[in-house]
Amino acid sequence: MTLSDVARDAPRIRSVANHIAAISRKPVQFMEFCGSHTHALLRYGIRDMLPATITMRSGPGCPVCVTSASDIDLAIAIAGMSDVIVATYGDLVRVPGTNGSLERARARGADVKVIYSALDALQIAAQHPERQVILIGIGFETTAPTVAAAIIAASRHRLSNFRVLPLLKLTPPVMAALLQLGEVHIDGILCPGHVSVITGMEPYRAIPGRFNVGCVVSGFEPLDMLQAIDMLVEQAEAGTPAVANAYERAVSEQGNEVARNVMNQVFAPCDAEWRGLGLVSASGLRLRPEYQDFDATAIYQPHVARSSEPFGCRCGDVLRGSALPQDCPLFARVCTPDNPVGPCMVSHEGACAAHFSYGIPT
Amino acid sequence: MCSVMCLAIPALILAIDGDSAEVDVGGIRRHIGTMLTPQVKVGDYVLLHTGYSIGILKREEAEETLAMFRELAEVSDAL
Repeated sequence: MTLSDVARDAPRIRSVANHIAAISRKPVQFMEFCGSHTHALLRYGIRDMLPATITMRSGPGCPVCVTSASDIDLAIAIAGMSDVIVATYGDLVRVPGTNGSLERARARGADVKVIYSALDALQIAAQHPERQVILIGIGFETTAPTVAAAIIAASRHRLSNFRVLPLLKLTPPVMAALLQLGEVHIDGILCPGHVSVITGMEPYRAIPGRFNVGCVVSGFEPLDMLQAIDMLVEQAEAGTPAVANAYERAVSEQGNEVARNVMNQVFAPCDAEWRGLGLVSASGLRLRPEYQDFDATAIYQPHVARSSEPFGCRCGDVLRGSALPQDCPLFARVCTPDNPVGPCMVSHEGACAAHFSYGIPT
Repeated sequence: MCSVMCLAIPALILAIDGDSAEVDVGGIRRHIGTMLTPQVKVGDYVLLHTGYSIGILKREEAEETLAMFRELAEVSDAL
């Protein structure tokens, strides 16, 4: 592969960017719901390719970031228990709780293992029958079926020392809650590609009619995102917000029904606490009674002192799109990726980490 | 690469054994769970997320994405 091959795609990227600039007349504000979109938009310089009429706002689509301080504290407290191994995905270990982080707990002697796959947690449980292995279940619809599949596998293999701390969240209820709040004017949503692989297009159907907001599902390549933005601009210019799919190679109309069935076999919706948004009805997942034995909270209810958000941290506002990272007094001064105060500076999907890493738009 | 929780990457199915499979992820061989995509076949590209395939990609477009990944990596290297 040579640079001349690369140039083959550069004209396509430029031509879509030029098309957007040519058709965009009225000022519009779009929200990229997903933190991976925030990163890709900054990393590839896509924000700079857009005309001044288009403003992009980050949304709450970062699972680690929206996990409440009290849930982080609960995970840290469980890690501190004597017979426990905590298995978690990488980002979470550095997120500060009220007092320390999982990383700090590990430094004090807690057994915290970073995993790349839910299957790794099962393997750890099989290797350590004398210990309780607790998988911190954080994520959206993309991740929830994989956690459910791991629980079903544990059930089949009678792995009685494997449990999950269920902190999984659902995106349609929070998208509706955010639009209902109306705090930030939004003309269109760049919808999360990999959540939609599971959910399909159906959850977005009610949004254009109810909120006058367009919904375009996007992939994560520069061309994917530019094409999705182009579709949102066309809708906004025509005054006809609609649901559209710009990630057809991965997302089908009906989504992954098998994965949804696996998720629904193990989990049922429950109210959940979101950082920045508070309690959102039916936006979380709890284990169904038949899988209760795999619920870490059924056996571990450590005492957690009153949790609080880090002083001065505006992650909550950033997650609602009502503040930019640079509106926060701590951003890049006190709070940096090396020394994060809030979760949005820790996670690879966090808006503050993206703005810090890839430059600050004017 | 899988620590980013909503990122899924294309993987090529090399062999299937029950509800697990061996895949090629950008040149690296890994063992994954296929319970969420039971219809998967050898030669399919799947989206891999936290150890499981969560969806099957339309093949031509998956190869295009992989090629684009490589090209972007080269652009980044060249800059």
